[in-house]
Amino acid sequence: MTIKNRAFIVGAYEHPTRHAPDKSLVQLHAEVAIGALADAGLNKNDIDAYYFAGDASGLSSMSMVDYLNLKVRHIDSTEAGGTSYLMHVGHAAQAIAAGKCNAALITLAGRPRSEGSSGAVPRATGDASPEAQWEVPFSATTVNLYAMCAQRHMYEYGTTPEQLAWVKVAASHHAKYNPHAMLKNVVTVDEVLGSPMVSSPLHRLDCCVVSDGGGALIVAKPEIAAALKRPKVAVLGAGEAIKGQSGGEIDLMTSGAAVAGPAAFAEAGVKPADIKYASIYDSFTITVVMQLEDLGFCKKGEGGKFVADGNLISGTGKLPFNTDGGGLCSNHPSNRGGMTKIIEAVRQLRGEAHPAVQVKNCNLALAQGTGGRLGSRHGSATLIMERQ
Amino acid sequence: MSKIASPAVTAETAQFWSRVNDGQLTVPQCKSCGKFHWYPRANCPFCTSDSIELKPAKGTGTIYTYSVSRRGKNDSYVIAYVTLDEGVTVMTNIVNADAAKLAIGQKVRVALVESENGQRVPMFEPA
Repeated sequence: MTIKNRAFIVGAYEHPTRHAPDKSLVQLHAEVAIGALADAGLNKNDIDAYYFAGDASGLSSMSMVDYLNLKVRHIDSTEAGGTSYLMHVGHAAQAIAAGKCNAALITLAGRPRSEGSSGAVPRATGDASPEAQWEVPFSATTVNLYAMCAQRHMYEYGTTPEQLAWVKVAASHHAKYNPHAMLKNVVTVDEVLGSPMVSSPLHRLDCCVVSDGGGALIVAKPEIAAALKRPKVAVLGAGEAIKGQSGGEIDLMTSGAAVAGPAAFAEAGVKPADIKYASIYDSFTITVVMQLEDLGFCKKGEGGKFVADGNLISGTGKLPFNTDGGGLCSNHPSNRGGMTKIIEAVRQLRGEAHPAVQVKNCNLALAQGTGGRLGSRHGSATLIMERQ
Repeated sequence: MSKIASPAVTAETAQFWSRVNDGQLTVPQCKSCGKFHWYPRANCPFCTSDSIELKPAKGTGTIYTYSVSRRGKNDSYVIAYVTLDEGVTVMTNIVNADAAKLAIGQKVRVALVESENGQRVPMFEPA
């Protein structure tokens, strides 16, 4: 069974807030759900499946479904960090293709900015995590678990700090058109390299922002998509993977995208050169470089050269990416960027991105996520979508 | 250097940590398939056998990768992956070193360092 053309993204909504100290977590989930319903032109009672992940921290599907007062016959709370929502779209498409549901709601929300979260201090993983006792004593943090990948990438392939900085520079050229972006100023390579070193070789401006907010999607069967008034965005292919420390046989130079990407391309029946726009998870600049290599947009080791000199900037570069400014400049709600990656890809396919960054004739887009920590264990998911 | 968080030792891993406190870093080796693995656990992550032996490690290895992480305004520490001579790559800290002179491929040796509650943990220093 394939999911190709069996499900459509009919609703997409990104919360405009970047700082929401006075809103509860579930309230934000409800607000983005309502926004996605309005975007699709659907009613709450049309939803018969619900998908959410660990950002509803500690909350069960029972709590979430009851709070939103949904009547669902299919539930999925797959948790793989910030890429969970790409997996959810793939799973929802499978469930729809199998006749298990008609219209699936996916929500993400979080308040890490209000709660003082930082990627530069160790985050409690709980004593129950089997890896905790092997990593907590060494002060593993989100940023140093990506920095170690960057350091090795520089050693193996000659990638430079300047090349990594170009990823941020490109994102900033897009963010200046996004009124909601946290960082709206265009930055230069020198400004990235001149920002404080957080964890070598990553500078502060190699890192994504910490923001509150959220987003939601509605994935529906073709008959529903056809009856709605929005441009049609079909799911063509999906792939997913988990990569970890492999029993001590560690390889930090290949991400899960090397598995998820080819699976999605094969299902969609397209190749990297066909993609007009790509949303690439940008927790850190190195994340983008490694995923582009693993997805096949360039050869392994050539990601640094690929992203340099503005190649990711819409209108001038060969592969326009993250035209909302991405996690590096716009937002990273709940420290999870997968949802907004899908939403910006949907905007591009609908022709609803900001005119200054809208890709012409954007009929084929990819969204790629990396959740968790690239340097220890991470989830990876790829989605390929087409405007029809 | 700020305090080192202690590992949350479990029944599954108590023997490994006890040997560290005795001054001996060990590496789990599967008696069934013969492979070393990391981190220690009850069943071999390669062949699933529960016949695991904690083999004394040579205590030497090379830096696979590292990062100098800022902690607060004036402090920093070095997190690293070190590939032990036994073949497995382990997360650790590099201590007793000039961080500016560290390099991938550099030889290091184990240094057992006391954590907050007295449990020693395996860190590494330039060999």
